[in-house]
Amino acid sequence: MIAIVDIGVGNLGAIRNMLRKVGAEAFITADPTDIRAAAKVILPGVGAFDAGMQALADSGLTAVLNEQALEVKKPVLGICLGAQMLGNRSEEGSLPGLGWIDMDVVRFPRDAGLRVPHMGWNTVVPAVKDGKVSPLFAGNEAEPRFYFVHSYHFKCADPADVAATCDYGGAFAAAVARGNIWGVQFHPEKSHRFGAALLRNFAENA
Amino acid sequence: MNWPRVIPVLLLRGRGLYKTVKFKEPTYVGDPMNTIRLFNEKEANELVLLDIGASAEGRGPNFDFIQDLASECFMPFAYGGGITKVDQIKRLFFLGAEKAVINAAAIDRPDLIDDGARLFGAQSIVVSIDARKKLLGGYEVCTHGGAKGRGRKPAEFAREMESRGAGEILVTAIDRDGTMVGYDLDLIHEVSAAVSVPVIACGGAGRPEHFPQAIDAGASAVSAGSYFVFQGKHRAVLISYPSEPELDAIFGAKA
Repeated sequence: MIAIVDIGVGNLGAIRNMLRKVGAEAFITADPTDIRAAAKVILPGVGAFDAGMQALADSGLTAVLNEQALEVKKPVLGICLGAQMLGNRSEEGSLPGLGWIDMDVVRFPRDAGLRVPHMGWNTVVPAVKDGKVSPLFAGNEAEPRFYFVHSYHFKCADPADVAATCDYGGAFAAAVARGNIWGVQFHPEKSHRFGAALLRNFAENA
Repeated sequence: MNWPRVIPVLLLRGRGLYKTVKFKEPTYVGDPMNTIRLFNEKEANELVLLDIGASAEGRGPNFDFIQDLASECFMPFAYGGGITKVDQIKRLFFLGAEKAVINAAAIDRPDLIDDGARLFGAQSIVVSIDARKKLLGGYEVCTHGGAKGRGRKPAEFAREMESRGAGEILVTAIDRDGTMVGYDLDLIHEVSAAVSVPVIACGGAGRPEHFPQAIDAGASAVSAGSYFVFQGKHRAVLISYPSEPELDAIFGAKA
């Protein structure tokens, strides 16, 4: 059973719908007991960084999430803003992030002639470590396509935490992984068969 | 592969799917649920769903119906029609929509754009501008299915909406709607040049070559209705969407 954490930001219904489509049981919850009972946790989110961190603080779930991610080491997947919140901080706001992955969240350059937000489908290249891609991308196409909507992106302190890259005015980290913690900048719940495969991997192999 | 987004715009009335010509003569096209499933199979980039009756009938979104549609839609979708309150936007996102499309309320209560962008992020707020060509030149913003002229110029209005926080502008040439003769490139150019957020061109697409024309005029994405739901000169209903190789051919060789 996968707990989709409801902190009031993000399209939770879409994530539940896609998990249902791939045959995974999932429920939306803001109850610490549910989160403790779940086998895995998804932290969704869209919108501004400080709004997300504030919503998380207001939900009173920070402690249980820290416990489940860092002590119990339950598989956790952050999506979009939920993934950015796994980092230390963001240029978009002033509140600290969860700090589970050693990364900052930085804005796309303003001067590169890029339209920001980066909005639309883009090809993602999974990182290969020891001859293998991250379990999230296993069995997916070599260069799967995902739907992105964001103005800020991950910048990992340790390149080993980068699970996949994407190119928008230069390469950036599109997915991060450290132990049991994963984060994807794109929206697998809205990325057709590519996203279905990723969420199935999280449900079955993470 | 980072082609401009190619977006079917589906018009809803009641629980049916319709297509108009110049915002009139709504023709029944089929069942929206089925149509969404077909666009899933064809891996459409994104969908826009517009309830064309809502504002005219003075009602809000039909959330039960939107929930049904959202549960079948595995691509990003924007919903528009009758949105006047932040609570409605919040509910839309909870049901699984990515974006709220705001048309009449953008003029009648523009604070909704500021509030929506602040609460949910600019990327989720799309302002839809329906523009009609004026007899003596220039364009006028219209609402309520084109029935109400609002005395605003599309480019200037788009700029105001961007400054309030709109993350995207959907610009529709009313005179081209359903005609399939090509986009109103002057209108697209005018609006695209006025803002730095993405502009989605709408109204008039009838052939693949129309898409790059809109991009050349400044649009970031292209949308269409008839092009994706009709086939042939007798406008037989057939849902279609270009495949990856077809998109490659439409927008040019892969870089």
